[in-house]
Amino acid sequence: MPHLDAAYNLARWLTRREHDAEDIVQEAYLRAFNAFGNFHGGDARCWLLTIVRNTCYTWLTRTRQRDAAVDSFDEAIHEVPTNASADPYVILEQHLDQEALRQAIEALPVEFREVLILREFEGLSYRQIADVANLAVGTVMSRLARARHRLAEALGAPRERVDAKEAASEMR
Amino acid sequence: MKCDESRALLHPYVDDELDLVKTLDVETHLRDCNECAGVHRNLVTLQTSVRAAPYYRAPAGLAARIRSNLPAPAAAASFRWPVGRIAAAAAVVLLAATTWMSVLWLGNSPEGLLASEVTSAHVRSLMADHLWDVKSTDQHTVKPWFHGKLDFAPDVRDFSASSFPLEGGRLEYISGRPVAALVYRHEKHYINLFIWPAPGQADSGEVATNRQGYPIAHWVHAGMNYWAVSDISAEGLRQFVSVVRSGAATAATQPGAAAMQN
Repeated sequence: MPHLDAAYNLARWLTRREHDAEDIVQEAYLRAFNAFGNFHGGDARCWLLTIVRNTCYTWLTRTRQRDAAVDSFDEAIHEVPTNASADPYVILEQHLDQEALRQAIEALPVEFREVLILREFEGLSYRQIADVANLAVGTVMSRLARARHRLAEALGAPRERVDAKEAASEMR
Repeated sequence: MKCDESRALLHPYVDDELDLVKTLDVETHLRDCNECAGVHRNLVTLQTSVRAAPYYRAPAGLAARIRSNLPAPAAAASFRWPVGRIAAAAAVVLLAATTWMSVLWLGNSPEGLLASEVTSAHVRSLMADHLWDVKSTDQHTVKPWFHGKLDFAPDVRDFSASSFPLEGGRLEYISGRPVAALVYRHEKHYINLFIWPAPGQADSGEVATNRQGYPIAHWVHAGMNYWAVSDISAEGLRQFVSVVRSGAATAATQPGAAAMQN
Protein backbone atom coordinates (compact mmCIF):
# COMPACT_ATOMS: atom_id res chain seq x y z
CA MET A 1 0.00 0.00 0.00
CA PRO A 2 1.90 3.13 -1.16
CA HIS A 3 2.57 5.98 1.30
CA LEU A 4 0.53 4.35 4.05
CA ASP A 5 2.80 5.52 6.89
CA ALA A 6 2.75 9.09 5.63
CA ALA A 7 -1.03 8.98 5.34
CA TYR A 8 -1.51 7.50 8.79
CA ASN A 9 0.97 9.85 10.46
CA LEU A 10 -0.79 12.90 9.01
CA ALA A 11 -4.23 11.63 10.01
CA ARG A 12 -2.97 10.69 13.48
CA TRP A 13 -1.54 14.16 14.12
CA LEU A 14 -4.51 16.01 12.65
CA THR A 15 -7.17 14.02 14.52
CA ARG A 16 -5.04 13.30 17.61
CA ARG A 17 -6.90 9.99 17.86
CA GLU A 18 -5.59 6.56 17.07
CA HIS A 19 -8.73 4.79 15.91
CA ASP A 20 -10.26 7.70 14.08
CA ALA A 21 -6.97 8.07 12.19
CA GLU A 22 -7.27 4.47 11.01
CA ASP A 23 -10.83 4.99 9.83
CA ILE A 24 -9.88 8.18 8.03
CA VAL A 25 -6.95 6.57 6.23
CA GLN A 26 -9.17 3.70 5.19
CA GLU A 27 -11.76 6.12 3.84
CA ALA A 28 -9.11 8.22 2.14
CA TYR A 29 -7.67 5.23 0.29
CA LEU A 30 -11.12 4.27 -0.89
CA ARG A 31 -11.65 7.83 -2.11
CA ALA A 32 -8.25 7.80 -3.78
CA PHE A 33 -9.06 4.53 -5.50
CA ASN A 34 -12.34 5.85 -6.83
CA ALA A 35 -10.87 9.21 -7.80
CA PHE A 36 -7.87 7.82 -9.61
CA GLY A 37 -9.32 9.03 -12.90
CA ASN A 38 -8.85 12.59 -11.60
CA PHE A 39 -5.17 12.06 -10.94
CA HIS A 40 -3.41 13.88 -13.74
CA GLY A 41 0.13 13.14 -12.81
CA GLY A 42 2.33 14.98 -10.38
CA ASP A 43 3.53 13.76 -7.03
CA ALA A 44 1.48 10.71 -6.01
CA ARG A 45 2.35 11.14 -2.33
CA CYS A 46 1.14 14.76 -2.32
CA TRP A 47 -2.00 13.76 -4.16
CA LEU A 48 -2.73 11.10 -1.56
CA LEU A 49 -1.89 13.39 1.36
CA THR A 50 -4.30 15.96 -0.07
CA ILE A 51 -7.09 13.39 0.07
CA VAL A 52 -6.13 12.33 3.60
CA ARG A 53 -6.01 15.96 4.69
CA ASN A 54 -9.43 16.71 3.22
CA THR A 55 -10.90 13.57 4.77
CA CYS A 56 -9.51 14.71 8.12
CA TYR A 57 -11.11 18.12 7.77
CA THR A 58 -14.45 16.52 6.95
CA TRP A 59 -14.11 14.39 10.06
CA LEU A 60 -13.04 17.36 12.21
CA THR A 61 -16.04 19.37 11.08
CA ARG A 62 -18.44 16.48 11.52
CA THR A 63 -17.25 15.69 15.02
CA ARG A 64 -17.02 19.37 15.92
CA GLN A 65 -13.39 18.93 16.81
CA ARG A 66 -12.62 22.29 15.33
CA ASP A 67 -13.27 24.55 18.25
CA ALA A 68 -14.46 28.12 18.03
CA ALA A 69 -10.95 29.57 18.21
CA VAL A 70 -9.95 27.63 15.12
CA ASP A 71 -13.13 28.40 13.23
CA SER A 72 -12.53 32.07 13.65
CA PHE A 73 -8.99 31.66 12.45
CA ASP A 74 -8.00 34.89 10.85
CA GLU A 75 -4.81 35.30 8.88
CA ALA A 76 -4.77 39.05 9.53
CA ILE A 77 -4.90 38.62 13.29
CA HIS A 78 -2.45 35.75 13.20
CA GLU A 79 0.05 37.53 11.04
CA VAL A 80 3.61 36.52 11.69
CA PRO A 81 5.71 38.87 13.68
CA THR A 82 8.71 39.08 11.41
CA ASN A 83 10.22 42.22 12.81
CA ALA A 84 12.97 41.68 15.31
CA SER A 85 11.20 43.32 18.23
CA ALA A 86 8.19 41.00 18.09
CA ASP A 87 10.20 37.78 18.27
CA PRO A 88 9.58 35.62 21.30
CA TYR A 89 12.54 36.19 23.56
CA VAL A 90 13.10 32.69 24.72
CA ILE A 91 16.11 30.47 24.92
CA LEU A 92 15.45 26.89 24.08
CA GLU A 93 17.27 24.10 25.82
CA GLN A 94 19.35 21.96 23.50
CA HIS A 95 17.26 18.93 24.45
CA LEU A 96 13.58 19.64 24.62
CA ASP A 97 11.25 17.50 26.66
CA GLN A 98 9.76 15.29 23.97
CA GLU A 99 6.48 14.72 25.80
CA ALA A 100 6.01 18.47 26.33
CA LEU A 101 6.82 19.00 22.67
CA ARG A 102 4.26 16.42 21.55
CA GLN A 103 1.63 18.13 23.70
CA ALA A 104 2.60 21.54 22.38
CA ILE A 105 2.25 20.34 18.78
CA GLU A 106 -1.13 18.79 19.54
CA ALA A 107 -2.24 22.05 21.15
CA LEU A 108 -1.58 23.99 17.95
CA PRO A 109 -4.61 24.94 15.85
CA VAL A 110 -5.02 22.35 13.15
CA GLU A 111 -4.15 24.92 10.45
CA PHE A 112 -0.71 25.35 12.02
CA ARG A 113 -0.32 21.69 12.83
CA GLU A 114 -0.83 20.51 9.27
CA VAL A 115 1.85 22.75 7.74
CA LEU A 116 4.28 21.76 10.49
CA ILE A 117 3.66 18.02 10.04
CA LEU A 118 3.91 18.21 6.25
CA ARG A 119 7.11 20.24 6.48
CA GLU A 120 8.99 18.48 9.28
CA PHE A 121 7.81 14.88 8.91
CA GLU A 122 7.22 14.59 5.21
CA GLY A 123 9.85 17.12 4.16
CA LEU A 124 7.51 18.76 1.66
CA SER A 125 8.50 22.05 0.08
CA TYR A 126 6.40 25.18 0.62
CA ARG A 127 5.00 24.73 -2.88
CA GLN A 128 3.94 21.13 -2.17
CA ILE A 129 2.39 22.07 1.18
CA ALA A 130 0.52 24.87 -0.56
CA ASP A 131 -0.92 22.32 -2.99
CA VAL A 132 -1.86 19.79 -0.31
CA ALA A 133 -3.47 22.31 2.04
CA ASN A 134 -4.88 24.50 -0.73
CA LEU A 135 -3.04 27.63 0.44
CA ALA A 136 -0.89 30.34 -1.05
CA VAL A 137 2.84 29.72 -0.63
CA GLY A 138 3.11 32.91 1.43
CA THR A 139 0.44 31.61 3.79
CA VAL A 140 2.36 28.35 4.20
CA MET A 141 5.43 30.33 5.19
CA SER A 142 3.59 32.55 7.66
CA ARG A 143 1.70 29.65 9.26
CA LEU A 144 4.88 27.66 9.62
CA ALA A 145 6.62 30.62 11.25
CA ARG A 146 3.63 31.15 13.51
CA ALA A 147 3.53 27.48 14.49
CA ARG A 148 7.18 27.59 15.47
CA HIS A 149 6.72 30.79 17.44
CA ARG A 150 3.97 29.12 19.43
CA LEU A 151 6.06 26.05 20.10
CA ALA A 152 8.99 28.19 21.17
CA GLU A 153 6.74 30.14 23.53
CA ALA A 154 5.30 26.93 24.97
CA LEU A 155 8.64 25.23 25.45
CA GLY A 156 11.09 28.02 26.07
CA ALA A 157 12.24 29.66 29.22
CA PRO A 158 11.21 33.26 28.62
CA ARG A 159 12.18 34.44 32.11
CA GLU A 160 15.85 33.72 31.59
CA ARG A 161 15.93 35.91 28.58
CA VAL A 162 13.96 38.69 30.19
CA ASP A 163 16.34 38.62 33.15
CA ALA A 164 19.27 38.77 30.81
CA LYS A 165 17.76 41.74 29.01
CA GLU A 166 17.07 43.57 32.27
CA ALA A 167 20.60 42.90 33.44
CA ALA A 168 21.89 44.24 30.17
CA SER A 169 19.83 47.42 30.41
CA GLU A 170 20.93 48.01 34.01
CA MET A 171 24.52 47.84 32.95
CA ARG A 172 24.04 50.60 30.39
CA MET B 1 20.93 43.03 5.53
CA LYS B 2 18.98 44.37 8.49
CA CYS B 3 17.65 42.31 11.38
CA ASP B 4 14.01 42.68 10.30
CA GLU B 5 14.76 41.29 6.88
CA SER B 6 16.89 38.53 8.31
CA ARG B 7 14.12 37.47 10.72
CA ALA B 8 11.64 37.27 7.88
CA LEU B 9 14.02 35.01 5.96
CA LEU B 10 15.10 32.73 8.81
CA HIS B 11 12.19 30.30 8.42
CA PRO B 12 12.61 29.82 4.68
CA TYR B 13 16.34 29.66 5.39
CA VAL B 14 16.09 26.69 7.77
CA ASP B 15 13.60 25.11 5.34
CA ASP B 16 16.02 25.37 2.39
CA GLU B 17 13.58 27.54 0.49
CA LEU B 18 15.90 30.45 -0.27
CA ASP B 19 17.89 30.92 -3.43
CA LEU B 20 21.63 30.95 -3.18
CA VAL B 21 22.04 34.71 -3.06
CA LYS B 22 19.58 35.14 -0.19
CA THR B 23 21.09 32.14 1.59
CA LEU B 24 24.50 33.76 1.50
CA ASP B 25 22.99 37.09 2.62
CA VAL B 26 21.42 35.41 5.64
CA GLU B 27 24.60 33.52 6.48
CA THR B 28 26.63 36.70 6.36
CA HIS B 29 24.14 38.42 8.65
CA LEU B 30 24.10 35.50 11.10
CA ARG B 31 27.86 35.73 11.43
CA ASP B 32 27.64 39.41 12.32
CA CYS B 33 24.53 39.53 14.50
CA ASN B 34 24.38 37.66 17.81
CA GLU B 35 20.71 38.36 18.31
CA CYS B 36 19.65 36.85 14.97
CA ALA B 37 22.11 33.99 15.43
CA GLY B 38 20.34 33.20 18.72
CA VAL B 39 16.94 33.14 17.03
CA HIS B 40 18.42 30.91 14.33
CA ARG B 41 19.83 28.51 16.94
CA ASN B 42 16.37 28.31 18.53
CA LEU B 43 14.82 27.50 15.18
CA VAL B 44 17.30 24.74 14.47
CA THR B 45 16.80 23.26 17.96
CA LEU B 46 13.07 23.37 17.48
CA GLN B 47 13.24 21.84 14.03
CA THR B 48 15.50 19.02 15.19
CA SER B 49 13.24 18.30 18.15
CA VAL B 50 10.03 18.33 16.13
CA ARG B 51 11.58 15.93 13.65
CA ALA B 52 12.36 13.63 16.56
CA ALA B 53 8.71 13.72 17.70
CA PRO B 54 6.75 10.51 17.19
CA TYR B 55 6.17 9.53 13.58
CA TYR B 56 3.08 7.39 13.78
CA ARG B 57 3.56 4.42 11.50
CA ALA B 58 0.48 2.70 10.17
CA PRO B 59 -0.58 -0.07 12.55
CA ALA B 60 -0.21 -3.65 11.42
CA GLY B 61 -3.27 -4.85 9.62
CA LEU B 62 -4.32 -1.44 8.31
CA ALA B 63 -3.03 -2.21 4.82
CA ALA B 64 -4.96 -5.49 4.79
CA ARG B 65 -8.11 -3.77 5.97
CA ILE B 66 -7.82 -1.12 3.27
CA ARG B 67 -7.26 -3.78 0.64
CA SER B 68 -10.32 -5.73 1.71
CA ASN B 69 -12.30 -2.52 1.69
CA LEU B 70 -11.41 -1.64 -1.90
CA PRO B 71 -13.60 -2.91 -4.72
CA ALA B 72 -12.04 -6.33 -5.21
CA PRO B 73 -11.26 -7.25 -8.82
CA ALA B 74 -12.46 -10.86 -8.42
CA ALA B 75 -15.48 -10.14 -6.25
CA ALA B 76 -17.85 -8.74 -8.83
CA ALA B 77 -19.10 -11.11 -11.49
CA SER B 78 -19.66 -8.87 -14.48
CA PHE B 79 -17.99 -5.86 -16.08
CA ARG B 80 -16.30 -4.59 -12.93
CA TRP B 81 -13.73 -7.33 -13.15
CA PRO B 82 -11.83 -6.06 -16.19
CA VAL B 83 -12.42 -2.46 -15.19
CA GLY B 84 -10.74 -3.10 -11.88
CA ARG B 85 -7.82 -4.80 -13.55
CA ILE B 86 -7.40 -2.03 -16.09
CA ALA B 87 -7.58 0.59 -13.36
CA ALA B 88 -4.93 -1.24 -11.36
CA ALA B 89 -2.67 -1.58 -14.39
CA ALA B 90 -3.23 2.06 -15.27
CA ALA B 91 -2.39 2.99 -11.70
CA VAL B 92 0.93 1.16 -11.88
CA VAL B 93 1.82 2.77 -15.22
CA LEU B 94 0.78 6.21 -14.01
CA LEU B 95 2.75 5.92 -10.79
CA ALA B 96 5.85 4.84 -12.66
CA ALA B 97 5.40 7.64 -15.19
CA THR B 98 4.79 10.30 -12.58
CA THR B 99 7.77 9.24 -10.51
CA TRP B 100 9.92 9.57 -13.57
CA MET B 101 8.34 12.88 -14.56
CA SER B 102 8.66 14.39 -11.12
CA VAL B 103 12.37 13.66 -11.20
CA LEU B 104 12.55 15.77 -14.36
CA TRP B 105 10.34 18.49 -12.96
CA LEU B 106 12.37 18.79 -9.82
CA GLY B 107 15.36 19.58 -11.96
CA ASN B 108 17.24 16.54 -10.75
CA SER B 109 18.36 15.69 -14.24
CA PRO B 110 22.14 15.72 -14.73
CA GLU B 111 21.77 18.89 -16.81
CA GLY B 112 19.65 20.55 -14.13
CA LEU B 113 22.15 19.69 -11.40
CA LEU B 114 25.03 20.98 -13.52
CA ALA B 115 23.15 24.22 -14.18
CA SER B 116 22.71 24.66 -10.43
CA GLU B 117 26.36 23.89 -9.74
CA VAL B 118 27.53 26.30 -12.41
CA THR B 119 25.24 29.04 -11.10
CA SER B 120 26.46 28.45 -7.55
CA ALA B 121 30.06 28.71 -8.71
CA HIS B 122 29.27 31.96 -10.51
CA VAL B 123 27.46 33.50 -7.53
CA ARG B 124 30.18 32.36 -5.13
CA SER B 125 32.87 33.95 -7.27
CA LEU B 126 31.01 37.28 -7.20
CA MET B 127 30.07 37.14 -3.51
CA ALA B 128 33.47 36.11 -2.31
CA ASP B 129 35.09 38.63 -4.63
CA HIS B 130 37.17 35.77 -5.91
CA LEU B 131 36.85 36.01 -9.64
CA TRP B 132 40.32 35.04 -10.68
CA ASP B 133 43.47 33.35 -9.42
CA VAL B 134 45.40 34.75 -12.33
CA LYS B 135 44.64 38.20 -13.67
CA SER B 136 45.25 38.94 -17.26
CA THR B 137 44.76 41.29 -20.10
CA ASP B 138 45.44 38.68 -22.74
CA GLN B 139 45.39 34.92 -23.11
CA HIS B 140 49.18 34.56 -22.93
CA THR B 141 49.36 34.79 -19.16
CA VAL B 142 46.16 32.89 -18.46
CA LYS B 143 46.66 29.83 -20.62
CA PRO B 144 50.10 28.87 -19.21
CA TRP B 145 48.77 29.36 -15.69
CA PHE B 146 46.47 26.34 -16.14
CA HIS B 147 49.43 24.11 -17.09
CA GLY B 148 49.97 21.47 -14.43
CA LYS B 149 46.78 22.47 -12.64
CA LEU B 150 44.46 20.69 -15.06
CA ASP B 151 44.67 17.46 -17.00
CA PHE B 152 43.58 19.27 -20.15
CA ALA B 153 44.41 22.52 -21.94
CA PRO B 154 41.44 24.87 -22.17
CA ASP B 155 41.12 27.05 -25.24
CA VAL B 156 41.85 30.51 -23.79
CA ARG B 157 41.10 33.57 -25.90
CA ASP B 158 40.65 37.25 -25.39
CA PHE B 159 37.60 38.81 -27.03
CA SER B 160 38.37 42.47 -26.32
CA ALA B 161 37.70 43.29 -29.96
CA SER B 162 34.12 42.12 -29.50
CA SER B 163 33.84 43.99 -26.17
CA PHE B 164 34.21 40.85 -24.08
CA PRO B 165 37.73 41.29 -22.65
CA LEU B 166 39.32 38.36 -20.84
CA GLU B 167 39.84 39.38 -17.20
CA GLY B 168 41.41 36.30 -15.72
CA GLY B 169 41.09 32.65 -14.85
CA ARG B 170 40.76 30.40 -11.84
CA LEU B 171 40.18 26.80 -10.92
CA GLU B 172 36.73 25.59 -9.98
CA TYR B 173 35.46 22.25 -8.85
CA ILE B 174 32.33 21.22 -10.72
CA SER B 175 30.69 17.89 -11.33
CA GLY B 176 33.30 16.22 -9.16
CA ARG B 177 36.36 17.40 -11.10
CA PRO B 178 38.60 20.45 -11.42
CA VAL B 179 37.53 22.69 -14.28
CA ALA B 180 38.85 25.86 -15.89
CA ALA B 181 36.91 29.03 -15.16
CA LEU B 182 37.60 31.91 -17.53
CA VAL B 183 36.30 35.29 -16.50
CA TYR B 184 35.16 37.74 -19.14
CA ARG B 185 33.77 41.20 -18.64
CA HIS B 186 31.11 43.00 -20.58
CA GLU B 187 30.70 46.60 -19.44
CA LYS B 188 30.18 46.21 -15.70
CA HIS B 189 29.11 42.57 -15.78
CA TYR B 190 31.20 39.45 -15.43
CA ILE B 191 30.75 36.23 -17.31
CA ASN B 192 32.10 32.94 -16.03
CA LEU B 193 32.97 30.46 -18.76
CA PHE B 194 33.58 26.96 -17.38
CA ILE B 195 35.43 24.45 -19.53
CA TRP B 196 36.14 20.77 -18.95
CA PRO B 197 36.54 17.66 -21.10
CA ALA B 198 33.49 15.87 -22.50
CA PRO B 199 34.98 12.55 -23.57
CA GLY B 200 32.99 10.79 -26.26
CA GLN B 201 30.46 13.58 -26.66
CA ALA B 202 29.63 14.94 -30.09
CA ASP B 203 29.60 18.69 -30.76
CA SER B 204 26.24 20.26 -29.92
CA GLY B 205 24.47 23.53 -30.47
CA GLU B 206 24.12 25.80 -27.45
CA VAL B 207 21.27 25.20 -25.03
CA ALA B 208 20.09 28.28 -23.17
CA THR B 209 18.45 28.06 -19.76
CA ASN B 210 18.46 30.04 -16.54
CA ARG B 211 18.76 29.51 -12.83
CA GLN B 212 17.62 32.01 -10.19
CA GLY B 213 17.50 34.66 -12.88
CA TYR B 214 20.99 34.01 -14.24
CA PRO B 215 21.06 33.16 -17.93
CA ILE B 216 23.10 30.06 -18.67
CA ALA B 217 24.24 28.56 -21.94
CA HIS B 218 26.07 25.33 -22.54
CA TRP B 219 27.40 23.43 -25.51
CA VAL B 220 29.97 20.84 -26.45
CA HIS B 221 32.76 21.69 -28.87
CA ALA B 222 35.78 19.65 -29.88
CA GLY B 223 35.43 17.26 -26.95
CA MET B 224 35.00 20.01 -24.34
CA ASN B 225 32.01 21.03 -22.21
CA TYR B 226 31.36 24.77 -22.20
CA TRP B 227 29.08 26.40 -19.63
CA ALA B 228 28.64 30.18 -19.62
CA VAL B 229 26.77 31.97 -16.84
CA SER B 230 26.41 35.65 -16.07
CA ASP B 231 24.20 38.37 -14.70
CA ILE B 232 23.98 40.11 -18.08
CA SER B 233 20.79 39.75 -20.11
CA ALA B 234 19.98 36.50 -21.89
CA GLU B 235 20.53 38.37 -25.16
CA GLY B 236 23.94 39.59 -23.97
CA LEU B 237 24.94 36.06 -23.06
CA ARG B 238 23.78 34.81 -26.46
CA GLN B 239 26.08 37.38 -28.11
CA PHE B 240 28.95 36.27 -25.91
CA VAL B 241 28.37 32.63 -26.82
CA SER B 242 28.34 33.43 -30.52
CA VAL B 243 31.61 35.39 -30.15
CA VAL B 244 33.24 32.48 -28.30
CA ARG B 245 31.97 29.95 -30.79
CA SER B 246 33.00 31.90 -33.87
CA GLY B 247 36.41 32.45 -32.25
CA ALA B 248 36.81 28.72 -31.87
CA ALA B 249 35.65 28.16 -35.44
CA THR B 250 38.19 30.69 -36.79
CA ALA B 251 40.93 28.89 -34.94
CA ALA B 252 39.89 25.58 -36.43
CA THR B 253 40.15 26.93 -39.96
CA GLN B 254 43.40 28.82 -39.31
CA PRO B 255 45.91 26.38 -37.86
CA GLY B 256 48.48 29.16 -37.73
CA ALA B 257 46.42 31.22 -35.30
CA ALA B 258 45.97 28.27 -32.97
CA ALA B 259 49.67 27.47 -33.11
CA MET B 260 50.56 31.06 -32.17
CA GLN B 261 48.66 30.74 -28.97
CA ASN B 262 50.69 27.78 -27.77
